[in-house]
Amino acid sequence: MSATPRIHTRSESGEPVAAAGIGAVKIDVRELNFYYGRFQALKNVSIEIPARQVTAFIGPSGCGKSTLLRTFNRMFEIYPDQRAEGRIVVDGEDILKSRRDVALIRARIGMVFQKPTPFPMSIHENIAFGIRLYEKLSKAEIAVRVESALTRAALWDEVKDKLQQTGTSLSGGQQQRLCIARAVAIRPEIILLDEPCSALDPISTAKVEELIEELKNDYTVVIVTHNMQQAARVSDRTAFMYMGELVEYGPTEGIFTRPARKQTEDYITGRFG
Amino acid sequence: MPVKVTAQRSAAAGGSRLSLDVLFRKFTGAIALLVTLSLAGILIALTRESWPALHRFGWHFLISTAWDPVSDNYGALVFIVGTVVSSVIALLLAIPVSFGIALFISEMAPRWLREPVSAAVELLAAIPSIIYGMWGLLVFAPWFGNLEPWINDHLGAIPWLGALFQGPPMGIGMLAAGIVLGVMIIPFIAAIMRDVFLVTPQALKESAYAMGATTWEVARYVILPYTRTAVTGGIFLGLGRALGETMAVTFIIGNANNLSASLLMPGSSIASVIANEFTEATTHLYKSALLALGLILFVITFVVLVLAKLLLLRLDRMEGRRA
Repeated sequence: MSATPRIHTRSESGEPVAAAGIGAVKIDVRELNFYYGRFQALKNVSIEIPARQVTAFIGPSGCGKSTLLRTFNRMFEIYPDQRAEGRIVVDGEDILKSRRDVALIRARIGMVFQKPTPFPMSIHENIAFGIRLYEKLSKAEIAVRVESALTRAALWDEVKDKLQQTGTSLSGGQQQRLCIARAVAIRPEIILLDEPCSALDPISTAKVEELIEELKNDYTVVIVTHNMQQAARVSDRTAFMYMGELVEYGPTEGIFTRPARKQTEDYITGRFG
Repeated sequence: MPVKVTAQRSAAAGGSRLSLDVLFRKFTGAIALLVTLSLAGILIALTRESWPALHRFGWHFLISTAWDPVSDNYGALVFIVGTVVSSVIALLLAIPVSFGIALFISEMAPRWLREPVSAAVELLAAIPSIIYGMWGLLVFAPWFGNLEPWINDHLGAIPWLGALFQGPPMGIGMLAAGIVLGVMIIPFIAAIMRDVFLVTPQALKESAYAMGATTWEVARYVILPYTRTAVTGGIFLGLGRALGETMAVTFIIGNANNLSASLLMPGSSIASVIANEFTEATTHLYKSALLALGLILFVITFVVLVLAKLLLLRLDRMEGRRA
């Protein structure tokens, strides 16, 4: 791929790659560079992510899409040799420079991972745990929150009779919905989904996708996916990334029907990736 | 019948391999059996040798504080208490310290510090127990003796609990023995905790961090529950060592054959009294009584293991794990 032109487009001038009419911007990323030790995984990425919409990051493995997602809640910070430079402004605050405790930042941002990761506790506790971290509530209030979170995640009917069983006793698809319920329960403003369906069967995937559709009414949703059909199905806006650079970003329909860049076209038509 | 032919051919070709496998299976089986047999053998020998003492004193042996070789009157209570109390003190010290060490290594230490700290902890385990005994007697005890007046004045003044902390500032004694034991078992518990903390799935830890949990909350509510079977195993391994530790304890426990409420007073443990007196055990009954102590130590260790298993079962049930 030596012939790859440097196409971080408008980002070179410092302007984010975004189309007009984006609506309220929730996450404004400016000139973000990211390093794993000496390896640079993100190169001068600028992107505006709109509030209450679903934004998808697509691209081949290793393109930096998950890395980008993980900067939004500073998850990389638990690893000593990873660092980010640039600005990530959420609601007017640059979270990379914020002096507030990183835990407070993360509490506003829910995250769901590739593999379901139920905590080693009961189904009820899996949800109550996160609520109790930042809110002092009575048992009854917590029970209400747990039920509403599970209902949102379309899991309540399946688990209401076994809330005291361990989270790991559920099936893979149920576990992932439990994780989504857990993320929703802390009432975040942003939900980050890192390939949430890659370990799920088609039926569970369909349920989770339906759920994502639901979530955007209340939350800003960012999803990383390998699956282009999924991006096309669930997202309002799509960003195509390649080799650490943001190649193209715009309304999903436009990206998939009239890609402006050759690389994007090659990727979505399956010529590489 | 092509199927049958194929089966015959492969059986012939793999014949020597298969018989080797049978041999291997028998060999490993024999080794496993040997372990079980030695255990049974030890139990039988101990019981037979201690029978004269057990027969003579009966259940009284367990609750008597007498230990009088001159009149051939023996009881095990002083030593049972000494063993259990010193080991409990050791655990009270070792568990939190090991947890801290393991958590530091697995979650907080920068990568370059991980290996040196791990190695240092492992080296602690390689120090022979007699060195710990000498360190305890020559270095720790004098220093601890200077601390004891303070313990007397402050902890000794607490109602009820105070009785545990009153006594002459000698340095040696039950508390000192427990502390040295604690230091000795830290590397075992810390190493196991570190290993299992490190294999806790990163995604699981990240999920908890992503909810805004602090390192402590992740450790307490996610890592510890996830690893509790192995952690409990590590703790009981440490306890097993503490219960049976002989040389270090003999150096520093004070070797007094009497029961005292105060942890600052000298005492004796089962292992220390056997080490001290076995060569002097002149009468048949005396020797038998010492072996009976050994049997009791065996049983205590066994009971501890069973309790550990039961505890884990109960924890599983509380969590609602299905079988």
